[in-house]
Amino acid sequence: MFDFLEGYDLLGAFWVTVQLTLLSAVGSLFWGTLLAAMRVGPVPLMRGFGAAYVNIVRNIPLTVIILFTSLGLNQTLGISLGAHDFDSINFRLAVLGLIAYTSAFVCEAIRSGINTVPVGQAEAARAVGLNFTQILTLIVLPQAFRSVVGPLTNVLIALTKNTTVAAAIGVAEAALLMKEMIENEAQLLLISAVFAFGFLCLTLPTGLILGWVGKKVAVKR
Amino acid sequence: MSSLLYDAPGPRAKRRNALFTVLFLAVLVAVLWWVYKSLDEKGQLEWVKWEPFFSGSEAWTTYILPGLKNTLIAAALSMLLALPLGAVFGIARLSDHTWIRIPAGAIVEFFRAIPVLILMIFGVALYSEYTDVSSDDRPLYAVVTGLVLYNASVLAEIVRAGILSLPKGQTEAAQAIGLRKTQTMTSILLPQAVTAMLPAIVSQLVVIVKDTALGGAVLTFPDLIAAVSPMSSYYGANTIASFTVVAVIFVAINFTLTSFASWLERRLRRSKKSTGAVVGVEAIEDLETVGHAPPEPGGGIKE
Repeated sequence: MFDFLEGYDLLGAFWVTVQLTLLSAVGSLFWGTLLAAMRVGPVPLMRGFGAAYVNIVRNIPLTVIILFTSLGLNQTLGISLGAHDFDSINFRLAVLGLIAYTSAFVCEAIRSGINTVPVGQAEAARAVGLNFTQILTLIVLPQAFRSVVGPLTNVLIALTKNTTVAAAIGVAEAALLMKEMIENEAQLLLISAVFAFGFLCLTLPTGLILGWVGKKVAVKR
Repeated sequence: MSSLLYDAPGPRAKRRNALFTVLFLAVLVAVLWWVYKSLDEKGQLEWVKWEPFFSGSEAWTTYILPGLKNTLIAAALSMLLALPLGAVFGIARLSDHTWIRIPAGAIVEFFRAIPVLILMIFGVALYSEYTDVSSDDRPLYAVVTGLVLYNASVLAEIVRAGILSLPKGQTEAAQAIGLRKTQTMTSILLPQAVTAMLPAIVSQLVVIVKDTALGGAVLTFPDLIAAVSPMSSYYGANTIASFTVVAVIFVAINFTLTSFASWLERRLRRSKKSTGAVVGVEAIEDLETVGHAPPEPGGGIKE
């Protein structure tokens, strides 16, 4: 029944999906945290930059961003991110596009986490004489981190699903393989079921486990 | 102005903020200069490459507007089809009968866990294999099918959240005057829930508009994205200019929708007509992914 899978590197394609997800997740966590720091910081110019970045990037389709990395950055401006062959250039460009896009959502998730901490907490901390560093590390961040787990989980799952957009620039991940298999094999429903199952395996456990963790650690107010 | 993280700045903090501003400005200018240089070296900033968009209407009537029309048609169709479907599944998930609730829940969770692109690719093959839709229309059908399946499941969650956000007293009062379950749902809960959900539904339109672009990039759907490559080759490799114009159009559409949703939310929160239950714009991202439950019932009025 599953003999149509022979000759295709199914696990390899899903491994590329996982790699795209993990690399983009680490990158966007870094850049998104920086953006969030800018947006909540005391410097007006940085706040403006953070707000502008998030509002612009959030409203552009990810497809446009990913296509731009390939057609614009690579083919027009000759940026190849230190890779030499076609496959790894596109892979790196896709990661770059995913990071640029996902960071906006990570930034908003972190900001919403910081906003769940009541201002009274910080005011009380100042009243007992804690300095800025102490307020941040002892009072605000521990509470903010706990409320951020839930929103960040949503961003991570959305990112996992969004890696399929890399198919648009020829990165050999799951969606591209599915397209190829459907064109060559006459097993539409079975092939679709296999790929749907693959994504279920990636997203459902993540959502359920991290969702449970998020509920468990969130500060009940 | 004092906030959660910092107090009103004193003289030292003001100096430090000024220093940060100067440093950040320097970095920003350096980056912009580098972008400008790289664009200039490749000749992407020449007026010839940007002219088609500003003088004459040829670029707009030939490439951009037909593409934009298809994008908007696909988005509007998806929304119109997904809304009733989502409402049905959202209400089904709230049913008292296990045999309705469980399958509806499974279907909704399934389609929220699958990438839209996978659904669209499935759609193309489905229409070419089992129907006689012409190959010209197939991409549109596939894009709308994928978007409807995914967004109906997200909207189902929005509907459920909207109904659950109503105060419990609404149901209790309806039962007290002797309304049946169906009557309670159709004449008491749904009308108020629709109002409560409006901002979230408008926000979902942004997601739909963004996702139509997948069809243009992967499925030969002649939308705004698909217009980029013929346009840039016709006007002498003005890739950067074409992308900029397309991105600006998307940002304009989606920013308008987002602002409208926020305005709607503020207005609904102020209005005294409903029970004050509103599913906010922020709730959307929570409902887009698996394993996330809407707020607990009985909210709305905080003691």
